[in-house]
Amino acid sequence: MMTDTTLLKDKIIDLYKANREKITLNDPPGLAEIREKSFTDFINLDFPTPRLEAWKNTDIRKILQRDYQILFDPENGTLDLDKIFHCEVPDFDTEIISLYNGWYIYRDKSLTTLPNGTIIGSFAQAMKEYPDLILKHFNQYAKSDLNGLNALNTAYAQDGVFIYVPDGVEAYKTIQMVNILNKEDNLLVQNRNLVIMGKNSKMTLVHCDDSHNFKSSLTNTVTEVYMDEGANLKHYKLQNLNNETSLINSAFFHQEKDSNLATFAISLNGGMIRNDIHVRLNGQQSHADIMGLYLMDKEQHVDNQVHVDHAVPNCTSNELFKGILDDHATAVFNGHILVRKDAQKTNAYQTNRNILLNDKATINTKPFLEIYADDVKCSHGATVGQIDEDALFYIKSRGISEYNARLLLMYAFAAEVINEISIAPLKDRIDDLVKKRLRGELAVCDQCVLHCKNQEKAYEFKIDMSKL
Amino acid sequence: MLNIKNLHVAIEGKEIIRGLNLEVKAGEVHAIMGPNGTGKSTLAAVVAGKEGYDVTQGEVLYHHKDLLEMATEERALEGIFLGFQYPVEIPGVSMTNFMRTALNEQRKYRGLDPIPPGEFLERMEKAKKLVDIHDKLTNRSVNEGFSGGEKKRNEIFQMAMLEPTLAILDETDSGLDIDALKVVAHGVNMLKSKDNATIVITHYQRLLEYIIPDFVHVLFDGKIVKSGGKELAIELEEKGYEWLKAEAV
Ligand SMILES: Nc1ncnc2c1ncn2[C@@H]1O[C@H](COP(=O)(O)OP(=O)(O)OP(=O)(O)O)[C@@H](O)[C@H]1O
Ligand SMILES: [Mg+2]
Repeated sequence: MMTDTTLLKDKIIDLYKANREKITLNDPPGLAEIREKSFTDFINLDFPTPRLEAWKNTDIRKILQRDYQILFDPENGTLDLDKIFHCEVPDFDTEIISLYNGWYIYRDKSLTTLPNGTIIGSFAQAMKEYPDLILKHFNQYAKSDLNGLNALNTAYAQDGVFIYVPDGVEAYKTIQMVNILNKEDNLLVQNRNLVIMGKNSKMTLVHCDDSHNFKSSLTNTVTEVYMDEGANLKHYKLQNLNNETSLINSAFFHQEKDSNLATFAISLNGGMIRNDIHVRLNGQQSHADIMGLYLMDKEQHVDNQVHVDHAVPNCTSNELFKGILDDHATAVFNGHILVRKDAQKTNAYQTNRNILLNDKATINTKPFLEIYADDVKCSHGATVGQIDEDALFYIKSRGISEYNARLLLMYAFAAEVINEISIAPLKDRIDDLVKKRLRGELAVCDQCVLHCKNQEKAYEFKIDMSKL
Repeated sequence: MLNIKNLHVAIEGKEIIRGLNLEVKAGEVHAIMGPNGTGKSTLAAVVAGKEGYDVTQGEVLYHHKDLLEMATEERALEGIFLGFQYPVEIPGVSMTNFMRTALNEQRKYRGLDPIPPGEFLERMEKAKKLVDIHDKLTNRSVNEGFSGGEKKRNEIFQMAMLEPTLAILDETDSGLDIDALKVVAHGVNMLKSKDNATIVITHYQRLLEYIIPDFVHVLFDGKIVKSGGKELAIELEEKGYEWLKAEAV
């Protein structure tokens, strides 16, 4: 059947063939087969359509009808980083790594070994320098046969971020990944990130997606995270993109015994955001907190798909997603908890709460519990509501204006997620961003943790409180 | 200060207050008593500006201004305070933030700059002492997980913070043990001045031993059927409301 997305698909196929040499330039032996298989998978699976259950409420066909440019070489040779951003968060010392239009930006080296042995840098470079590590982990956790997008990313994977934390190492600084999109043409960006955490290692990773212009780019990114026994990761993903931008973000966490994951998806702005979060609890006594907050208005769309796979006994997972929607904004939450037959003594919790400020805004929320073990504790709950009128009256009866009373309540609603952020300066910063967002003062240019010097016209994202 | 004339209030078409008259002057303490479901909380809610009530007749004047035309927050800024019969839990909003926001709105209304942090803390400390409330409570979210008695104490704490001109305390005594009752009454008495007034809604004469009212009113079936001095409360305690029913008809 001919669909309008055929054009893009054909272009992608042709470009792949034409640029095969560039794409596979850094490949360690053995990787080619994975690529070729993924490429075939993409051809067969195609882009997802609403006919797939997981894409029922997120139709990206319109987005795929646009023409996109794909870069096969980095363009950052002459880039002056400081012109783009500088860090302005006091007390928040981070190791910054950034991608510019999908390509790793390097200052001195494209791959750095920190004094404690942590390696951070370009995925492309890591393929050259650490072929064994790459071969051991690349595409082992991502599910390239799920839908065409993951397969496509695997086939095209050229660059992205590579992080390796050796056994027993505590990454002393927070590592901050920033994806910046800035190009005259609409771009299709497909970076691939690989994070490998050794036994009992510890890391905090902040991951920001920002746009620096108002083009309609499409990012299809895949991040794989391997957490060996006892590894501890705090991962914060912040999304503040212009309303023309589409972001499809797939993250795969693989957790071994006693490992502990906290991952946050905080969506402040974006035209279309899709977060596919896969967590596999593969070793006993491992734990995952999967949190999300989305504040959407206008025609914005956010879709959070969370899959937690309890593969072994005695693991716990806890999901909390909260959203505030205004105008015609739409949101989707699908929470899939799979408890395999052997995964006895599993504790798995899931909560999705939403406030709709407007009867035009919609949320589709659906839990999907698939339980094959018999000795488990699982719960799920979803609510969709308005602002609590009794609380509103109580606050106003103390002399607080309607506007501020609503802000207080919306903020309080969001705070349940924000309060789970354990790093104080980061929490304060995100807190501040959320408050700004709720007051309608957050510009796309207001970087998640960084501040940009790019003086573009400010975008207005305002939740209109008067409408209630 | 407050002048209610021939007030009729209906909820969803059902008349709850039916021709109520009440005048409260500065410096006075009024007690309103009456059986369950006669409209005491409804009266308090209408004065405070809660939505969902139809005032079908009559007027409510506050300092000679039409109170019914004012928004809830404006009434509060003009000095009206409602101590809730059922204080609302607001998870995620800290008591401190709540009080600072409220005080700053008040100051803004009066053309003042936001309260300096030091002054705010001082005020908090003073108010906390007055009602003997712990840091544990003021550091938490508004009323969240507070016991019944703690919630009531918290109402008086807020009253002490906001220093209202007219306070309406809706059954602030219910659910309090005798020590807490004394603390709350002490708080109310300390806040009393010749410029402000208090309306206490209660079922128990006991409270009125500590907060001495100038007037006691009996609300029955949406009307004040009897008013008197503090001895009326004692009479009610002895005789109940039955004899008034007969008088009211
Ligand atoms: N929102 C509402 N919808 C319908 N009826 C209501 C509502 N609020 C109050 N009522 C009714 O109005 C009447 C008066 O209620 P109100 O709460 O004012 O009584 P009260 O005198 O304060 O009683 P109590 O001593 O039990 O506190 C009751 O019959 C009650 O059921
Ligand atoms: Mg009542």
